[in-house]
Amino acid sequence: MSSARETIFQALRATSTPATRDIPPQVDRQEWGQSEKVERLTQQMSAVHAEVHHLADGDWIGWVNRELPQRGLSRLLAGGEVAQQLKQRCASSIELKHYQQPIEQWKSTLFNEVDVGITSTRGAIAHSGSLALWATIEEPRLLSLVPPVHIALLHANQIHENFEQMVVNEQWQQQMPTNTLLISGPSKTADIQQVLAYGVHGPKELIVLILEDA
Amino acid sequence: MSDQAAAFKHRINTALGDEQAHSNFRSAMSMLMEKRAAQFPDEDELLEKRQRANAIRAHALRNLPQLLEQLEQQLINNGIQVHWARDGAEANAIIHQLLEAAGAKSVVKGKSMVSEEIDLNHYLQQHGIEILESDLGEFIIQLAHETPSHIVMPAIHKTKQDIAELFHKHFPELPYSEDVDEMTQQARQILRDRFRQADAGISGVNFMVAETGTLCLVENEGNGRMSTTVPPLHIAVTGIEKVVEKLTDVPPLLDLLTKSATGQPITTYFNMISHPRQAGELDGPEAVHLVLLDNGRSHIKRDEVLLDTLRCIRCGSCINHCPVYVQVGGHAYGTVYPGPIGTVLEPMRLGIDQIGTLTSACSLCGACAQVCPVQIPLPKLINRLRADSVSHQNHSGVKGEGSLRKQAEVLSWKGWRWLYSSPLRYRLFSKLATRLRGLTPSSIGGWSRYRTVTKPAPRPLSELIKEAGFDHE
Ligand code: SF4
Repeated sequence: MSSARETIFQALRATSTPATRDIPPQVDRQEWGQSEKVERLTQQMSAVHAEVHHLADGDWIGWVNRELPQRGLSRLLAGGEVAQQLKQRCASSIELKHYQQPIEQWKSTLFNEVDVGITSTRGAIAHSGSLALWATIEEPRLLSLVPPVHIALLHANQIHENFEQMVVNEQWQQQMPTNTLLISGPSKTADIQQVLAYGVHGPKELIVLILEDA
Repeated sequence: MSDQAAAFKHRINTALGDEQAHSNFRSAMSMLMEKRAAQFPDEDELLEKRQRANAIRAHALRNLPQLLEQLEQQLINNGIQVHWARDGAEANAIIHQLLEAAGAKSVVKGKSMVSEEIDLNHYLQQHGIEILESDLGEFIIQLAHETPSHIVMPAIHKTKQDIAELFHKHFPELPYSEDVDEMTQQARQILRDRFRQADAGISGVNFMVAETGTLCLVENEGNGRMSTTVPPLHIAVTGIEKVVEKLTDVPPLLDLLTKSATGQPITTYFNMISHPRQAGELDGPEAVHLVLLDNGRSHIKRDEVLLDTLRCIRCGSCINHCPVYVQVGGHAYGTVYPGPIGTVLEPMRLGIDQIGTLTSACSLCGACAQVCPVQIPLPKLINRLRADSVSHQNHSGVKGEGSLRKQAEVLSWKGWRWLYSSPLRYRLFSKLATRLRGLTPSSIGGWSRYRTVTKPAPRPLSELIKEAGFDHE
């Protein structure tokens, strides 16, 4: 008996005549400048309940120190460079945790004892209002997923017009990491009678801090 | 009436009798149609986008064996293991073996229509594996022991009261609530522990990229990310047609998928998986497997016309715009995929002899083809399957081809042809029919239940025309 693979390929080959690629070019390019991209991104993200703030680069730790206690959030999880910077300057009322161990060793803490996860981003997409995150050793995948609040740091000069341009500009096809993620708002569902509800399995709140060079 | 026709009619009558579900479908579908339309303000731009998406999918299908080989090679290079399944039984067995080999007893699952197609949940449950749907809609219908009534919004037929009662029955320790936010939080609570403890996660796939070996998943809730990141083992299952060639093929398809499906510019999460956990990484599954399912797809591909079906990106837009679906809902179809796309897919998958009468539940209005993001000519395909139901002329090889052929129907068409192919016979017949119009019965079965029977006019049009002085008929 031939294997499933062989059978499937045999059937497919019998009916396929390879053809060259003939795909029309992209249609909805706008050629936005940075301020238009920031504006569009802010508008799109706000429309889906993300909270967006514009800060000067360097002010974000101050923002975190001020805002988290006010919101009754104290247990903050970070990784890599972001964690290093926080370690030096974060307020004493904030309990900073560093994501440094394999998940197996502290799953229950991650799930039950973290209020906020803070991450950097690789960039963003103005058109759809999306953040792009690449998983790294320093900033693992669950950092932006499990804590009920996700704070994302975004540099204003890393916003691309649309997804296709981001992929092309950065030549993503050359080195896809373990996980690439677009995030466009807090977790949501409309599965109960079409009523929109936020925070079903992922973060209930998404806070985007757009950092502009002073 | 054949058994399948009678069963279909029975399901339709049941559906029409359920006022509540009916009104749910109506309001949900009009909302979805409005939201979609709002995303595409410019008709010309939309058409260009659809043509482009069509070209991307058509290109992938024309090169399917090459792209699947490339995909497989890339995935293997990336450390993702690939399995091939001719049918649902093989796919289920492969998944079961993978779970068993890993000693996995409890599984969380993200939304996957292919897993519905192969009836994976039942199979695994029968083999002692606990499998929990984690998409809220799927979770709800799993609790209710029902099947999805829509491919994008599986629990669309349920009211919040239905769901509140379900939750109360299954989780009596939680306070009864009909508040949507509160119920959503309850589901979050229930499922969080399950994500944390699950031995494996199973998911579907929306697009697979051959050039990079990437599996793309579209979702709003985060359950898909949970299922594919928290447990140590991730098994993805999908159809072989879902491959595209390049990473740049994904953005235009994603754009049309979410806008067409729910009128969102993009879903909350777009999750692209290219490797299992790499050395030094702190989370993500240690092992990722992809099960590629044929289940009739390579057979569909043999037919020049039916092949178009495989371009489908499962957005559900054709369903949302179908005037038949909105009346009867998803369960009336009695199949995994309902609406126009189901009407085409299911007779090919299950056989015309089993479910071919679905093709009669279509008015050929064309709304589905007008909205389909990859320009699948659904009415043409439905019409084609109608022909295949009663004849072998297309040699399409669809299972049960010709099985709905009825002798009486054949005879009446033969009679019609005999009459109309001779001017003399035709003229005699129309004379006869007009002169004997008094004998037209006033009731002719089902047709006249809601309509008055039309009588032939006193004189045929051809006679009147001649009298009026036109010499050409
Ligand atoms: S046939 Fe077209 S409209 Fe229907 S689900 Fe598939 S892609 Fe969407």
